[in-house]
Amino acid sequence: MNTLLTIKNLHASVGEKEILRGIDLTVNPGEVHAIMGPNGAGKSTLSAVLAGRDTFTVTEGSVTYDGRDLLALSPEERSWAGIFLGFQYPIEIPGVSNANFMKAAVAEQRKQRGLEPLSAAQFLKLMREKMACVEMDGSFSSRGVNVGFSGGEKKRNEIFQMAMLEPRLAILDETDSGLDVDALRIVASGVNKLRKPDNAFLVITHYQRLLDYIVPDVIHVLYKGRIIKTAGRELALEIEKKGYDWLIHESE
Amino acid sequence: MKANDTIRKEFLTNPAGRIRIALEENASAEYLVLQDGAEAAAGETFWEISLPEGASLKMVFLSLDGSVSNHLDIALAGGRASCDLSGLSLASGTQRMDYDIRMTHLVPDCQSNQLFKTLVADRAVTHFDGLVKVVPDAQRTEAYQANHNLLLSEQAHAFTRPQLEIYADDVKCSHGATIGRLNADELFYMRSRGIRAEEARLLQQLAFAGEIVDRISTPEWCEKMHVLVEKRLRSAFSSC
Repeated sequence: MNTLLTIKNLHASVGEKEILRGIDLTVNPGEVHAIMGPNGAGKSTLSAVLAGRDTFTVTEGSVTYDGRDLLALSPEERSWAGIFLGFQYPIEIPGVSNANFMKAAVAEQRKQRGLEPLSAAQFLKLMREKMACVEMDGSFSSRGVNVGFSGGEKKRNEIFQMAMLEPRLAILDETDSGLDVDALRIVASGVNKLRKPDNAFLVITHYQRLLDYIVPDVIHVLYKGRIIKTAGRELALEIEKKGYDWLIHESE
Repeated sequence: MKANDTIRKEFLTNPAGRIRIALEENASAEYLVLQDGAEAAAGETFWEISLPEGASLKMVFLSLDGSVSNHLDIALAGGRASCDLSGLSLASGTQRMDYDIRMTHLVPDCQSNQLFKTLVADRAVTHFDGLVKVVPDAQRTEAYQANHNLLLSEQAHAFTRPQLEIYADDVKCSHGATIGRLNADELFYMRSRGIRAEEARLLQQLAFAGEIVDRISTPEWCEKMHVLVEKRLRSAFSSC
């Protein structure tokens, strides 16, 4: 089986400040990797760099995705290749309806994948199906993207978009932050429905709680821009009990 | 005194010169003014508008193409008169689009509202010069004015001069102006979903412009104008 994502010695900065200081990570199809770590460790930077946000500069290292140099691709090319970033703080776009936003996205994705465009009826059916996955009310489709959505609704909208686009590698950046238990359950079950042998997830989280619902194969702990520990799912429970300090001491 | 329940609706394409609008007491009218650059001579307009008691005027200006200069002199001359103005300017190439508006509240209990939005591409230049004047007698006036500009190139220029002159003390008035660029976070969010940068920028421009087009209350006209705006944005603004 070919690996899906290989990150080697990745360094990235914002301005003069180095945030990622040598990340190595390999993800195979079918796997769920969790990335945990204290605030400021570089978790969100890693996800933004993988999605192609230009506010960060990669200064060293490489990222290979599905045999391609990921860092050479534009954000939309990464999306066409099957990468999806679930935003920690989903962006509001006043004046662009959720339906038009997804219509534009799905149309371009299908074009890039050599698929026939969907008819209006097919598209609406697909929207309805995927919205049901995350228990979103149909009225959300005519509202501006994330405009006036509650925190939980925004996160459900991220998972809805993920379901529409069916990525091969989904990076979920603190999708659990700001969610109550019910919303967390809905979001997690949306994710679990999309798990397949040929796709993979990178789940970035602060807390072990999300990992009760989305069970990872591997857990990495990120600290000061480096992965300081990689282990199985039992590590999450240990972190929940003992915090990060012991790992930090161990690594220093 | 009986309210007039029919609304006069006018659709003017490329008007020119001096135009007077006179309404009867308690009458309502809506004007849609389209400037699409098709008639080069149509560049300059002077509007003289006086609203008597209870009259209500709504105007939507769409300056989609060409170089235009619109001067509006509006007097709210009778109690409870109201005036709602909105405008969209899409300036590209070396075009110049100007609005020069004087809204005068002469008597108490009138309302006025202005919302003007501008997309400026290439080396185009736009000016918004708006004055809301409230005379000492015009108590309980409500007057709002906003002008929002998006610059789409390094050489594009938007000048804005919103002004309030208030001589009465019991009024609700506000004005504001912004000049900015397309939002980079929105752009990245859309691109991360696979929408091409060019198409994403177009969606942002359509959203910005759509707010004005949506103010047209006649559904057929509103729909037609959305199509014209999209066509114009796709042809001259898509590389911005």
